[in-house]
Amino acid sequence: MTPIKRIFIANRGEIAVRVIKTCRALGIETVLGVSEADRDTLGAKLATRAVCLGPARATESYLSVGTVVEAAKGTGCDAIHPGYGFLSENRALAEACAEEGIVFIGPDLPHLDAVGDKLTARSHAEAAKVPLVPGGSAETVEDARKIAEEIGFPLLIKAVSGGGGRGMKRVDRMEDLESQLDLATSEAAAAFGDGRVYLERFVTVGRHVEVQILSDGETVLHVGERDCSVQRRYQKVIEEAPAPELPKALRDGLLAAAVKFARHLGYRSLGTVEFLVDMERQSFYFLEMNARIQVEHPVTEMISGLDLVAEQIAVAEGKPMTLTQDDIRLTGHAIECRLNAEDLAHEFRPAPGRVTMAWFPPMEGLRVDTHMVPGAMISPYYDSMIAKLIVHAATREEAMDRMLKALDVCVLEGVKTNAPLHHAILSEGEFRAGGVDTTYLPRFLELHGAEVCQ
Amino acid sequence: MSALTRQDINDILALVDQSDFDELRLEIGDTKIELRRRGAGQSGVAAPVAEAPAPQVAPTPKPSEATPVAAPVVASGGGSEVPAPLLGTYYSAPKPGAAPFVKVGDRVEPDTVIGIIEVMKLMNSVTADVAGIVTAIHAEDGVLVEHGQALISVQPE
Repeated sequence: MTPIKRIFIANRGEIAVRVIKTCRALGIETVLGVSEADRDTLGAKLATRAVCLGPARATESYLSVGTVVEAAKGTGCDAIHPGYGFLSENRALAEACAEEGIVFIGPDLPHLDAVGDKLTARSHAEAAKVPLVPGGSAETVEDARKIAEEIGFPLLIKAVSGGGGRGMKRVDRMEDLESQLDLATSEAAAAFGDGRVYLERFVTVGRHVEVQILSDGETVLHVGERDCSVQRRYQKVIEEAPAPELPKALRDGLLAAAVKFARHLGYRSLGTVEFLVDMERQSFYFLEMNARIQVEHPVTEMISGLDLVAEQIAVAEGKPMTLTQDDIRLTGHAIECRLNAEDLAHEFRPAPGRVTMAWFPPMEGLRVDTHMVPGAMISPYYDSMIAKLIVHAATREEAMDRMLKALDVCVLEGVKTNAPLHHAILSEGEFRAGGVDTTYLPRFLELHGAEVCQ
Repeated sequence: MSALTRQDINDILALVDQSDFDELRLEIGDTKIELRRRGAGQSGVAAPVAEAPAPQVAPTPKPSEATPVAAPVVASGGGSEVPAPLLGTYYSAPKPGAAPFVKVGDRVEPDTVIGIIEVMKLMNSVTADVAGIVTAIHAEDGVLVEHGQALISVQPE
């Protein structure tokens, strides 16, 4: 076991601040690598030290493996926390860390390989006897036709190296298969440097439910599930835990399958196993495993009382887990709303600018993860997510009401945000009843978009 | 608050003139004044961030950026700073124990190599990008430099 003394944070925004929070609590020093555009951000001010990695463009700063490792080495850090996105599941970073004797706060290399490539992940799921969405890889149009005949339409073409909803194409008819396959292949090559794609049956009525895994390589625990079905263009908007209106048999099945998958890999770190829940057939399918801390981790923290980043660091240090499954008690209900700087009236386009006012007063059951302060600059170079409001209450009903109140009270001015959309969803009957599927938000926007987004 | 008089503006100009600042932005009610010393903020290393769309409020200038002002205040460290083009380990000499690329008092041309920055075993030579006399060496040999950090100062000619 090697205690970590100084962590290099290879990320930005709210997750950089989130990691700093835990490091401060643990007495670990932090060095934040920032781009030129992020020199004056909250994270840069809170970290023990901030160093400028390079220009605003992420490929020359946050995505530059060599620069990140050099900066970590040069500032005497013994570990790197990659956050989510950017280099979080990057093999080259994990490899460079291993070479330089720096602890990569994430899974071991073989596990990154096992889940980083979606096709490999599928074959592992098969081996672990975890149910999969029917589908397969397609190198040629002939392959694709054959698979399409087996699984039927509609289907999804997915990039093997894709993620976060990027690199996906929906195909409804055989006539469109060839052109969409070409498009998906070239897009995947451009976006991920890997043109390989695979086909999957598109489950039209499904819920996105994922299981939080925590493992030291010996003890594999789950910290319950999260429901992330409220999505727009595959981007999660609202997440909650536990998943509402999920039959016990399905929930138990999901949790067991996730643990089985992680155990099969010998997975060691924090991770999330994503499933598609088919409510009609009362069944679920493995989608993928994310080998990082996730954006929506706070809802799990709220119902479990755990600090997942602290647990992740402890596992990276090689500390044996003292927790057992029985120690993990999940209470109440938690909801997270992702506040994005976007202009609802103009097709949700990102709305960068200067935040004039940011006020998130302490309210019962409310947690706010953000890097927003009055005067903060939301630059046009990065993700538009600027804050996460997370509420916890005894029941789902109370949690929703708490969130509505928080949306009314908190102030974030100077830029346009999607707060009105959150307010409208949390007031709407179908969402309040619980258990909506991934078609919910697109339908909601079709019905109420004009009025909510004006 | 009443509007600014001509005298007020003259007073402000005089104050700025005697100060070390290159720029001043002042807003009183609806009146906005922006002053910039000749040449300030025109350097080739001005942060591209400044081009980011910033409705209403312009981004704050970076105090550490190069400011090639023809200021007559020549004490040590005067002149224009040559920033590190990238983050990495800085070497002021071609190899350990060798004489440094440049020292105070040396004349440099824009293409004169002033140091090496190593990133993951890749050596990148850094050029002065300005002609003049070296007035100060800021970066230490073998130590990490940040992107944009001042390496040396050159009094341009």
